Amino acid sequence: MADTPHKPVPRPYQDTQAYWDAAREKRLILQRCRDCQKFQFFPRGVCSHCLGSALEWVDSPGRGVVHTFTIAHRAPHPGFANQVPFVIGIIELEEGVRMMTNIVGCDPNSVRIDMPVKVTFEEATPDITLPQFTPA
Amino acid sequence: MDSIHKKTAIVGVAESDLGRVPHKSKYQLSAEASRAALDDAGLSIKDVDGLFTTIITEGGEMSSLVMAEYMGIRPRYTDSTSIGGSSFVAYVEHAAAAINAGMCEVALICHGSTNISDRGGRAGPVSTRSSVYGPMQFEEPYGTSTVSSYALAAQRHMHLYGTTSEQLAEIAVATRKWASMNPKALMRSPITIEDVLNSRMVSSPLHVLDCCLVTDAGGAVVLTSMERARDLKKRPVAVLGTGEAHTHRMISQMPDYTETAAKISGKLAFERAGVTHKDIDVAEIYDSFTITVLLTLESLGFCKKGEGGAFVSGQRTAPGGDFPMNTQGGALSYTHPGMFGIFTLIEGVRQLRGECGPRQVKDAELALCNGTGGVLSSTGTVILGRT
Ligand SMILES: [Zn+2]
Repeated sequence: MADTPHKPVPRPYQDTQAYWDAAREKRLILQRCRDCQKFQFFPRGVCSHCLGSALEWVDSPGRGVVHTFTIAHRAPHPGFANQVPFVIGIIELEEGVRMMTNIVGCDPNSVRIDMPVKVTFEEATPDITLPQFTPA
Repeated sequence: MDSIHKKTAIVGVAESDLGRVPHKSKYQLSAEASRAALDDAGLSIKDVDGLFTTIITEGGEMSSLVMAEYMGIRPRYTDSTSIGGSSFVAYVEHAAAAINAGMCEVALICHGSTNISDRGGRAGPVSTRSSVYGPMQFEEPYGTSTVSSYALAAQRHMHLYGTTSEQLAEIAVATRKWASMNPKALMRSPITIEDVLNSRMVSSPLHVLDCCLVTDAGGAVVLTSMERARDLKKRPVAVLGTGEAHTHRMISQMPDYTETAAKISGKLAFERAGVTHKDIDVAEIYDSFTITVLLTLESLGFCKKGEGGAFVSGQRTAPGGDFPMNTQGGALSYTHPGMFGIFTLIEGVRQLRGECGPRQVKDAELALCNGTGGVLSSTGTVILGRT
């Protein structure tokens, strides 16, 4: 068991530490710009709409729809070998931003574009919890 | 008035050994292709004063430094722009600008890769790293890959426009027909639409026959001023128009999953060349996946958005069809070392020189070459003309 490679996990850095800290507490947080009021994903040190630095973290209810998806039949990394086939989706959140996720807790063949989904959390390692999405 | 186009020519093109070449390094493949392309032009490495190159990096190689050192040259103009497989097509614009500004006189664009030998086979893992630093930490932990990224675009296109797997397969089948006429192509046996649909699903809706090959390969292209080109070995091929653009790095950030930056780079290239779509005799469109071609044809404006499936139906892009495309067999059937852009240029030039034997497009006067890099991220478009 110890020899089974785990999936690649994020190594938090300046821009992303708060996001991963929140995820470990099973919260999805997003950045919003106080200057232009727009949300962005992924987290950055500046706003990708206006290049300002006045960013704040906002709790997200984690609701959205499937914008597009694919069922991956091949493991891109040994850590996924026992998970294929699995669903990779792009979710459009109610806040208007899009993010990549796996769509879990359902038959991969049941996933459809525009399907409503909600966030759930997967403890990948003791330090890292990944936001994931499941049918709402 | 356009200050750089029509004043620059491609004067030499060549490939290295292709396919599985485990006994040669990627540097050697790049250098041997360069030697052959310079010979094709009637020039030598000593004539090169501008170098444009990128190699697939394991950790930040400074590509132009590495290749200049390897080939023993000290260029006065250097460019390692790294925007993926389209880099080499974008270099044509950069080289034309540099040559016309007097920054260099003979520009060498080169690439080498041992992609198949390094990975130990087509199905080898893409990555084995255990942690991800930088923005890719919002994708890699979810098991993304190049093919899955393109599959996300294909799925969305199918949803919005009713595009079918059969229509995507048309591209793979037509491209294989061209490959059957190219002795250098790796895969030359005919395939059918059913073969594509019945091939293993890699990442839905893309089957293994919707995906490019993985090979070792090198390629090189030499450019100089039109003035100098007229004194060289072969009839020059004019650089009539160019464009480059990019829209994102990660597939989760793609603004519109059914449109590539070719919408921008293609428009620029057509405007600068002063030609229209119906003037193009042969198209060399980077076919990393069948969906890449379909999105590119729409983005370039050869058909309306959403009509790419209908456009490629009925083997329209095959030999004898009215839209000759990827005439060397493309990345799908000829070769694909990880970054294919340079091979679109090599074939475009050969078609305009009339060097293509049984696969020659009759009376080809204008060729369009389009590279796509990253995950549908960047494009370079070049329109070339016979002189
Ligand atoms: Zn802002």
